[in-house]
Amino acid sequence: MSKPQAELALFEKMFLIRTFEETIQSLFQKGEIVGTTHLYSGQEAVAVGFASALQPQDLVAATYRGHGHALATGVATQALMDEMLGRVTGVCGGRSGSMNVIDLKNRLIGCFGIIGGSIGAATGAAISLARKNGVAIAYFGDGAINQAYFYECLNFAAVRKLPVIFVCENNLYGEYTPWEDVTAGAIRARAQALEVKSETIDGNDVWEVQKTARASFDYARSGNGPVFIEALTYRFVGHSRSDPGKYRKPGELDAWKLRDPLIFARQRLVNEFGFSSEEVDAVEVAVRKTMEEVREKGLKAPTPGLGKLGSEFMDSKGVGGRAS
Amino acid sequence: MSASKDELTFRGAIKEAIDEELAADENVIFFGEDVAEAGGVFAATPGLRDKYGDERVFDTPISELAMSSAAFGSAVAGMRPIVEIMFADFLFLAMDSLVNQSAKYWYLSNEQKSIPLVVRSAVGGGGGFGPIHSQVPISWFLGVPGLKIVAPSTPNDAKRLLKAAIRDENPVLFFEHKTLYSTAENREEITGVETLGKGRILREGSDVTLVSCMRGVADCLGAAQLLSEIGISAEVLDLRSLRPLDSALIQNSFSKTKSLLAVEEGPITGGWAGEVIAIANEVNEGNGKNLWRMATEDRPIPFSPALENAFFPSAKSIFESVRERHGK
Repeated sequence: MSKPQAELALFEKMFLIRTFEETIQSLFQKGEIVGTTHLYSGQEAVAVGFASALQPQDLVAATYRGHGHALATGVATQALMDEMLGRVTGVCGGRSGSMNVIDLKNRLIGCFGIIGGSIGAATGAAISLARKNGVAIAYFGDGAINQAYFYECLNFAAVRKLPVIFVCENNLYGEYTPWEDVTAGAIRARAQALEVKSETIDGNDVWEVQKTARASFDYARSGNGPVFIEALTYRFVGHSRSDPGKYRKPGELDAWKLRDPLIFARQRLVNEFGFSSEEVDAVEVAVRKTMEEVREKGLKAPTPGLGKLGSEFMDSKGVGGRAS
Repeated sequence: MSASKDELTFRGAIKEAIDEELAADENVIFFGEDVAEAGGVFAATPGLRDKYGDERVFDTPISELAMSSAAFGSAVAGMRPIVEIMFADFLFLAMDSLVNQSAKYWYLSNEQKSIPLVVRSAVGGGGGFGPIHSQVPISWFLGVPGLKIVAPSTPNDAKRLLKAAIRDENPVLFFEHKTLYSTAENREEITGVETLGKGRILREGSDVTLVSCMRGVADCLGAAQLLSEIGISAEVLDLRSLRPLDSALIQNSFSKTKSLLAVEEGPITGGWAGEVIAIANEVNEGNGKNLWRMATEDRPIPFSPALENAFFPSAKSIFESVRERHGK
């Protein structure tokens, strides 16, 4: 009997993201990557579940915690690694770094350095996608719902009936602060107040996410207007590389690690989809090996020469705000 | 404002430019507060929604950040949006999408995609609108690489430049001075597409260069006329574009006249007039004596016409300033 390879592929993609993030963290500790980075470890099921329902004409906007969304959407692992390392072979030639990755060929409008930026980008993209039977999806955190972007764009999308899916990944903390300390009322209630179709789901169960994603894309693609999803999840690492996560409640991290989306997916692959533990192990081994190669190749890739500094404008007219 | 067939008003120029570009390219869309049903609070865009339909010309919530986001996101996905931000004083609410998203996209994406959007916005004092509906916020955007800033002074040029801004592949802020909407001039034939970033000489002269944009250009022309009567020959430059600045035009004129006054409506600190002075100075032909600027004082714009009218440069004050400098 053939086993459902698509289910195994969901696990593989989540494991790829986890391994990528662990590799990035280790490269940071060695000083091979500079600046800052915001890791997605623990939240993989959200990006992978939604990405599994994307059509070729759809577009994705994410945040500075965007490595997972980029990989799930289809950005090449090597190109993303090289970007983190500031290499000319990076997906943005080393111009964007960890927080601002853009890859339009692979449907990624961008990862935005301001927490609500993805909401605006996806809302605007949906104006264009409505003509092409496409849907835009915005990923953002619980912190972003307190920005103007959220209210203005949710309302704008609702009154214009735009095909956009707003995915709020509630990982319990806006940077270092518990979300409920700085947020009045329930998160989903805000969408309900605007009469936008909404749902709160388990963001650590990739199959639940996938099911919700398929329904949401169908709804938005059919001209019904936007959808708001609150996905409950947890990040296993600090907000950024300098954050040891001292604000976590005692036992909280351990409790969430028991609900690790990778552990959950592995159990279901074995118990329900008929895979052996060895088959799942083999996926992990292969991903790890690939990531080793990606890392080594990235470290050997050339940095951009100063000839790549480029121009502020597409038509190259004017540099430094002056006509040449 | 009715105009004869041979006349073009400034607001008519705005409408014609948008109309012609909507007709030319179905990816052009136009939206903003009160622009569709009402035709714009400055009556610049009546009838366009009826002509092109609600999908391409539409009213928005009064949500400036959502409006600039709509422009940015739709441009990323293939459209050429024109968004009206009613008063430029409201642009501050739209800043993140303009400055952090639109202006940087071409560069950050390693040149995957440019953002061909136009933000139209009314600027300037003289209408008794008070301190938060009268500003010229050019200096806020002057230090933003990736943005173009256009500021026309006459109806025909407004039409040429707006059409060019819509065709441009980069994000463009297009500022319309409120006191110009009702101005009119003989219609000129427009052929081809203008290049943004070029200024123009509106009056040639040999003793002093007067540099301005928008309403200030008419003031400079008025001052030049007064100066000619006391034997000072003034050259008048209409910058048309503030980003990029036409450095060659400025430097060539200063090299000729050895005297240059930049006239800006906007706070003097950090304004574009200082940039013009610096650019002129880089040709090393001025000792500083005859290289100076006039702008509004560093103070909010007062409401009372008695105060407001004294606040801005005028033909008279420009004339007096040059006369004093030149010792006449």
